Amino acid sequence: MERIPILQVGEFLIVSIQVDLHDRLALRLQDELTSLVVKTHAKGVLIDISSLEIVDSFIGRLLNNIASMTRIIGAGTVVVGMRPLVAITIVELGLSLINVKTALNVDQGMALLRIMVNSTIEEGSDEPNNW
Amino acid sequence: MSLTTGDVLPLASEEDILQVRRAVKELMVLHQFSLIQQTKMVTAASELSRNNVVYGGGGVAIFELLQDSGSIGLRITFVDNGPGIADIEQALSDGFTTGKGLGLGLGGAKRLVQQFEIQSEPGGGVRVSISMWK
Repeated sequence: MERIPILQVGEFLIVSIQVDLHDRLALRLQDELTSLVVKTHAKGVLIDISSLEIVDSFIGRLLNNIASMTRIIGAGTVVVGMRPLVAITIVELGLSLINVKTALNVDQGMALLRIMVNSTIEEGSDEPNNW
Repeated sequence: MSLTTGDVLPLASEEDILQVRRAVKELMVLHQFSLIQQTKMVTAASELSRNNVVYGGGGVAIFELLQDSGSIGLRITFVDNGPGIADIEQALSDGFTTGKGLGLGLGGAKRLVQQFEIQSEPGGGVRVSISMWK
């Protein structure tokens, strides 16, 4: 069965979604990511969606869910690489990625994750920061 | 797979939703719709295909190429034989859902396309048409 590879880089997990996501594969990714965060004690998750030609409400909900779930178990999630046309479309669709932090590309996403991790340690707070 | 006008694709499973998305994309590339039109139409088709499969118990997507005074349009009609929609106004409002979704499907799809028509009666399935003109 096809699956989306999840890479561990230091204290972060990195996922690049390169295939056309059908619903079952999307849900499987959500489950695997949350279990891996627990297993590896990862502090952050970076999801690259630069290959996705569309984001519909199902994928939007998946990204929101992953961000919420990882936050509850102590890790931040950043979504990077959204295409401009996808951004325009999801706004008109009415989809809001409220729980999801976003960055332009992988570099900026990693930088954002490091800031999120550091500030959590400094403040010793389990409340999410308002990035 | 190369689609022509009048083609009908089945909608019974998740994989069929992907097939419909690919078919929309392919047709729009073939007829040189703009990238933003492609993105919006494929997204709308994805929402309506999922509604069809998840809430309507499956059905078909019918593709039609329209011509009107030199302009080309693509119309896709999603037909299911499910329980139908009792209150269409309510179903079109954001956040309304009878299932597990976000309730953005119908209203969102309507905002993404140029023409949107919906017909339904309780017990009589749902028929939704969306069109995009070049």
